[in-house]
Amino acid sequence: MNRLAVELPGLSLKNPIMPASGCFGFGREYAKFYDLSVLGAIMIKATTKEPRFGNPTPRVAETPAGMLNAIGLQNPGLDKVLAEELPWLEQFDVPIIANIAGSTVEEYVEVAEAISKAPNVHALELNISCPNVKKGGIAFGTVPDVAAELTRLVKEVSAVPVYVKLSPNVADIVAMAKAIEQAGADGLTMINTLVGMRIDIKTGRPILANGTGGLSGPAVKPIAIRMIYEVSQAVSIPIIGMGGIQTAEDVLEFFYAGASAVAVGTANFVDPFVCPTIIAELPALLDGLGIGRISECIGRSWKTGAHAVHCRA
Amino acid sequence: MIGRERMTVASQRLIAERTYELTLSGRLVQEMKQPGQFVHVKAAASADPLLRRPLSLCHIDHKQGQCTIIYRQEGKGTALLTQKQPGDVVDVLGPLGNGFPLEAAPAGGRALLVGGGIGVPPLYELAKQLTKRGVEVVSVLGFQTKAAVFYEEEFAAFGETYVATDDGSYGTAGRVTDVIEARSLEFDVLYACGPKPMLRALAERFPNRPVYLSLEERMGCGVGACFACVCHVPGSETAYKKICSDGPVFRAGEVVL
Repeated sequence: MNRLAVELPGLSLKNPIMPASGCFGFGREYAKFYDLSVLGAIMIKATTKEPRFGNPTPRVAETPAGMLNAIGLQNPGLDKVLAEELPWLEQFDVPIIANIAGSTVEEYVEVAEAISKAPNVHALELNISCPNVKKGGIAFGTVPDVAAELTRLVKEVSAVPVYVKLSPNVADIVAMAKAIEQAGADGLTMINTLVGMRIDIKTGRPILANGTGGLSGPAVKPIAIRMIYEVSQAVSIPIIGMGGIQTAEDVLEFFYAGASAVAVGTANFVDPFVCPTIIAELPALLDGLGIGRISECIGRSWKTGAHAVHCRA
Repeated sequence: MIGRERMTVASQRLIAERTYELTLSGRLVQEMKQPGQFVHVKAAASADPLLRRPLSLCHIDHKQGQCTIIYRQEGKGTALLTQKQPGDVVDVLGPLGNGFPLEAAPAGGRALLVGGGIGVPPLYELAKQLTKRGVEVVSVLGFQTKAAVFYEEEFAAFGETYVATDDGSYGTAGRVTDVIEARSLEFDVLYACGPKPMLRALAERFPNRPVYLSLEERMGCGVGACFACVCHVPGSETAYKKICSDGPVFRAGEVVL
């Protein structure tokens, strides 16, 4: 029995740990540190139709227990990802979740159709929540009708299941999740970064060249937990949770909140070995808590308390 | 090979205003080869500050199994680092990046090393390795003020060394380029590390010469995964180099400064 295995649409995962999109490039850098086949899956960097340079530097700023980034979806473009990055990743026994982004609906659809046919792409992650690009990104992820329509169109052309990455920068994340579920999404990933800002006290100007950036890291974990807790009770499609995960204990907390798998983002920057370390530590943690399989833990926080705590104001 | 190790502090001392010399021991030192490479240091085990700090290698001693880093106390992370005492451990990832190309300097030739402020440290290991290869080294070190000056004698041990201060409180008043001009310093190859305006001035003054510049930028991962520290390549809107993994040293003209 593989007690870490989890089953999600399109994804039979040997363990529920995957690096989050934008925090792992296309895997090449971290492949120097360990065998990527140990991972449950890899969410590759957002891919757009054309190559993108992204935003001017500085693109990162540190915050207490977190970081702001404004990379701006820099990537080599669809053709290069199909021709070079995905074939390179085939050497590893690991399913790929391709994060896709676009400036227009047509672009999302075109990228989705093409990339979903790559042999090692097992699922798509629809990026409608990047806060750092002027066109596309979050513009598609803050109005439920717009997000639902885009989900529907991408579902029509995708050869693999579609997960939609939710933005926390909305008034009602449950309404957004329900709209996307109704549009046919196979799963949700959440949360993307929170829009934030830092100002240099010497110059009086924002530290990031872009002005604002997306906040990630341990600082956002309680927000992610709350949102997953709410959304997982309102929808019946699975959730891949993310937001400040650093340890095996964090993973379990996300499962209890309602996640069926998790992605590790910023922590990779702090410790390149964080994903294999968490995978190695999970069995002992489960033992200590008398848990057989990790999948038993999904939604335990609200499933066991019949009187689920409704924490929304 | 890049590795991660909890290295042991061998010594730490204040060598100039807010400037510390930290020597670390560990097996990772054996992996450190090229001057201009850097390490990514986690100043505290806690989540605040969260990210590592990229710090250049100043001195690599394979025999003793020690490396030396010189850093300036700027923020929370470096302030925590100043508190490390001999025997304490520091979480180090490295060595990272590609350093200065030694082979660009012909044996018997002359290398001009130009450092600005906290850009001076990586030039020390460079001066050491160039000298060992039979290259004559001339160093020009720029600082803001007298209190910030460090390692003048250490560089002088390898060859002619000039110091410039912005406020004129020590050495030549003015910039490193003023010294190069005033002394008509000649070279076969120029290596520099320091603030961007200084690097830009050097690249503009010596077009079509072998000039190698070490760049600095805010980094997330230090290994090329996060795309935080990219810079443009001339003549392209989308082509880029990552400072952490393609650099930090580039030939002048290779990237847009």
